Amino acid sequence: MRREAQLLIGVAAFFGLTDITYWLWGNAQGGATNLDTGFGGVVMLVGTILLGVVPGSYYFWWSRRMKPRPEDRMDATIEDGSGTIASFPDSSVWPFVLGMGLFLTVLSLVFGLWLMWPGLSLVVSAAVGATVESRRGGRV
Amino acid sequence: MAVLVAVALPLVLAGCQLPTFYGFRGSDRQGHDEFLLYFGTFVAALVVGGITGGLILWSVVRYRRRSHDAPMPRQFQYHIPLEVAYTVIPVVIVLVLFAFTVLVENQVDAVPSDPNLTVDVYAFQWGWQFNYPDGVVVRAETTTDPDPVGPAGLGGPACSPVVWCLGPGLILPAGKTTQIDLRSRDVVHGFFVPEFNFSRYAQPGVLNKFDFTVSKPGVYRAQCTQYCGLYHSLMFFHVVAMPPSKFHAWLSSETKTTTVDAATTASASRQ
Amino acid sequence: MTVLAQRPVAVEHPEHHEGPTGILKWLTSTDHKVIGMNYIVTSLVMFFFAGIMALIMRAQLTSPSGAVVSLQQYNELFTMHGSLMLYLFAGPFAFGGLANYIVPLQVGAPDMAFPRLNALSYWLFLSGSITMMLSFMVAGGAAAFGWVAYAPLSEATFSPGSGPDLWILALVLTGFSAIFTGVNLITTIFYLRAPGMTMFRMPLFTWNMLVTAMLILIAFPVLTAAMVLLWCDRHFGTHIYTVQGGGVPVLYQNLFWFFGHPEVYILALPYFGIVTDVIPVMSRKPLFGYKGMVFATMAIAALSTGVWAHHMFTTGVVLLPFFSLLSLLIAVPTGIKFFNWIGTMWRGSITLNTPMLFCIGFLLAFLMGGLTGVMLASPPIDFVTHDTYFVVAHFHQVLMGTAVFAGFAGFYFWYPKFFGRMLSDRLGKLHFWFLFIGFWVTFMPQYKLGLMGMPRRVATYQAGLGWQNLNIASTVGAFIIGFSFVFFLVNLWVSWRKPVPAGDNPWDAHALEWFATSPPVHHNFTRLPPIRSERPVWDFHHPDALTIAHGENGHGKLAGTAVPAGQD
Repeated sequence: MRREAQLLIGVAAFFGLTDITYWLWGNAQGGATNLDTGFGGVVMLVGTILLGVVPGSYYFWWSRRMKPRPEDRMDATIEDGSGTIASFPDSSVWPFVLGMGLFLTVLSLVFGLWLMWPGLSLVVSAAVGATVESRRGGRV
Repeated sequence: MAVLVAVALPLVLAGCQLPTFYGFRGSDRQGHDEFLLYFGTFVAALVVGGITGGLILWSVVRYRRRSHDAPMPRQFQYHIPLEVAYTVIPVVIVLVLFAFTVLVENQVDAVPSDPNLTVDVYAFQWGWQFNYPDGVVVRAETTTDPDPVGPAGLGGPACSPVVWCLGPGLILPAGKTTQIDLRSRDVVHGFFVPEFNFSRYAQPGVLNKFDFTVSKPGVYRAQCTQYCGLYHSLMFFHVVAMPPSKFHAWLSSETKTTTVDAATTASASRQ
Repeated sequence: MTVLAQRPVAVEHPEHHEGPTGILKWLTSTDHKVIGMNYIVTSLVMFFFAGIMALIMRAQLTSPSGAVVSLQQYNELFTMHGSLMLYLFAGPFAFGGLANYIVPLQVGAPDMAFPRLNALSYWLFLSGSITMMLSFMVAGGAAAFGWVAYAPLSEATFSPGSGPDLWILALVLTGFSAIFTGVNLITTIFYLRAPGMTMFRMPLFTWNMLVTAMLILIAFPVLTAAMVLLWCDRHFGTHIYTVQGGGVPVLYQNLFWFFGHPEVYILALPYFGIVTDVIPVMSRKPLFGYKGMVFATMAIAALSTGVWAHHMFTTGVVLLPFFSLLSLLIAVPTGIKFFNWIGTMWRGSITLNTPMLFCIGFLLAFLMGGLTGVMLASPPIDFVTHDTYFVVAHFHQVLMGTAVFAGFAGFYFWYPKFFGRMLSDRLGKLHFWFLFIGFWVTFMPQYKLGLMGMPRRVATYQAGLGWQNLNIASTVGAFIIGFSFVFFLVNLWVSWRKPVPAGDNPWDAHALEWFATSPPVHHNFTRLPPIRSERPVWDFHHPDALTIAHGENGHGKLAGTAVPAGQD
């Protein structure tokens, strides 16, 4: 967990530095980061910082509160991690239904809004179907 | 670093005797600076590429497995001093290159405070318009015909081959500093004169200023480089550098026209 | 139905898996291997479409007046060639196809973390591909604004019709597909590794895919946002990218390249990973400088997110020195990678089979593309070459080096794992040599054309400028490249008709996927070896040839003895 947290925090730190440098340098050089030129980049870099810092601090918080998992330990044996890993859905038709629903919905923007009705019904049925499937599976 | 210094010194001294590596030497001052930077970088790239490519090919040929029961190679993995070395050396090379880049870039992008002449250049779908002081306007739609003004007819340099001077002619005094104010009437276009080693976007909402000092009279072909729609392939122009006296004679002989409204002509030309 | 995956202990208990077969299996499978193969096949189909478009364009350019297609058709062709290659082949082939198939195997996981989301990613990708191809069939033809779709050219005023609309929607669909895959890969790598598979024991392919997945999460939302805004401009009367309503056209370029430049590395890093996995195996050595390689990968990815405006040097409104410095600095980690690859081959025992030849082809191609890339990172040199064939040659050498040379290295390398049968080495080598020769014949003349001033994206040029012979040479090369893929298809055919069994580990390879059966069973592993280094399978098969730590002269330590405790 620790490495994962460091990786994400590192992303945030690097882009924090980059963003500040970019903004200050741009201001110093005749406003290359003004609203009508490069300010968009400053904002997007803030987004990138958040991408690192939000999950990163969560991981960091956890990495200090849990024991290293078998996959974090150099000396773990395969037996240390034996047993149930997680639950995995078996074959399922709902991703296909959802995908085609979204496909039709998107195409409706070009070929006529009537396509949105079958599209959205597929999306809704897929959402319901997938949820019911998970519950029926039990032992999740 | 030694490589770059070794390259840069004779470069400054010897100037034009250098091989061009397929590039243009640059027909104006800034273009020549850019050529020198291109030359230095090219030589550095040759050296770095030669060493790296040589090492790749050498290790492939030298260490290929010759027989099926070849002995197991030593299983080494790290060599920290070596790894530090090939991290630090590229950093140094890159910083030197960056230093030269900034020097040339500042030269090229500097706009003179008192140019001898300022021309307003408008790019549009699909053609160019050049507005001179006193209302002289040279303008042409996408065309493959040689310039109607015809520098040869004015006693300027000959236009040969004819493909060298398609589209409208941007007529400048040689040896004088000309500032270009570049704008676009519609989409993004690219103002590119290969022999000046320079290009700049013409963009809606942006005014780009730069200058040329063409060293000797001549005709230089030029073309839109930024893809701008259907007739992008045909959006030519050319630059004609004339001796200043002839340039002024041409400018005063031209009929003054009011600036054409490009939006209406552009749409008219499409019909 | 939900099934629980059991972590295998070192005993054989093959899991009996009863699932649907045939078309129903294809439609309903959530198995990462099936989905990965779907991605590979779909993206290769897109690759062949785009390749045929390239050949038509090259045929057009053999004569100055170009009589093969019209101007409009040519503009559509280069737009779709770029879009298909970049959005629908190079990326999805790597992070949708190979990564989907290989990463769970390499970390010892039974499947991706979110199998149904994974399936949805594929269906969105397929929908996006179909949407983009549909645009050839609507009135007005396909989009013709280049793969970058610069505003305002991509606005409704200049590019009316539903072809461009379909292009935008295709990008939104495939963009979401990529984002879902990115989330899935990161979660898989963070949560489903086998015991002992610490972060710094993961194979470099997995590392590269992890970093790529993070780049995807940085870049693709921006692209999707840019496309939604463009859609608003086109249909809802906003003026985000037009001057008329107070908008800022250059904002589009900033948004697009904030996606577009990380995208270049989203296309490159997975392929670096392939090469970094293949070279040590074929050299029978551990990867030289493993940790340096990991940090170099991170450095490339980090820097690549700060260089978007080096595509905009000639706009006159960007901070030249900042973007130039960061772009030049990318050469440093890339150089580290090169020297680590050389160090891996150094004093090795190199088997020059098809995957290795493709890797060497990659090294040479990427070296050339990389050096010209350093030149282009210097704004004054970019002013000389921007939007000319110099740039075309540069990025084709980079992208063909990665997506084609390294991509097919990976395909030849993992094909035995996919299908349990070998591809013919002889036909593979023929494929390589034709591709390699065609590659240089195609792109070296383009550098010279660019320096002579030939702009990119032109359908015609003037006779008398000395451009025709170079263009003909380039076209000949392109057709040699096209011809080389005949050997590839014949190779697939031969292996299908006359299978040569591969066994589980035909290359004597390093990473965990070679411990599974070929092809791997449902939920992948029935047993796992102890994981004590980044090449557990090698350690398992060669307990006498372990990695020598730095500073040691003798043999390495035996597996299982004196294992360092604690976290990595």
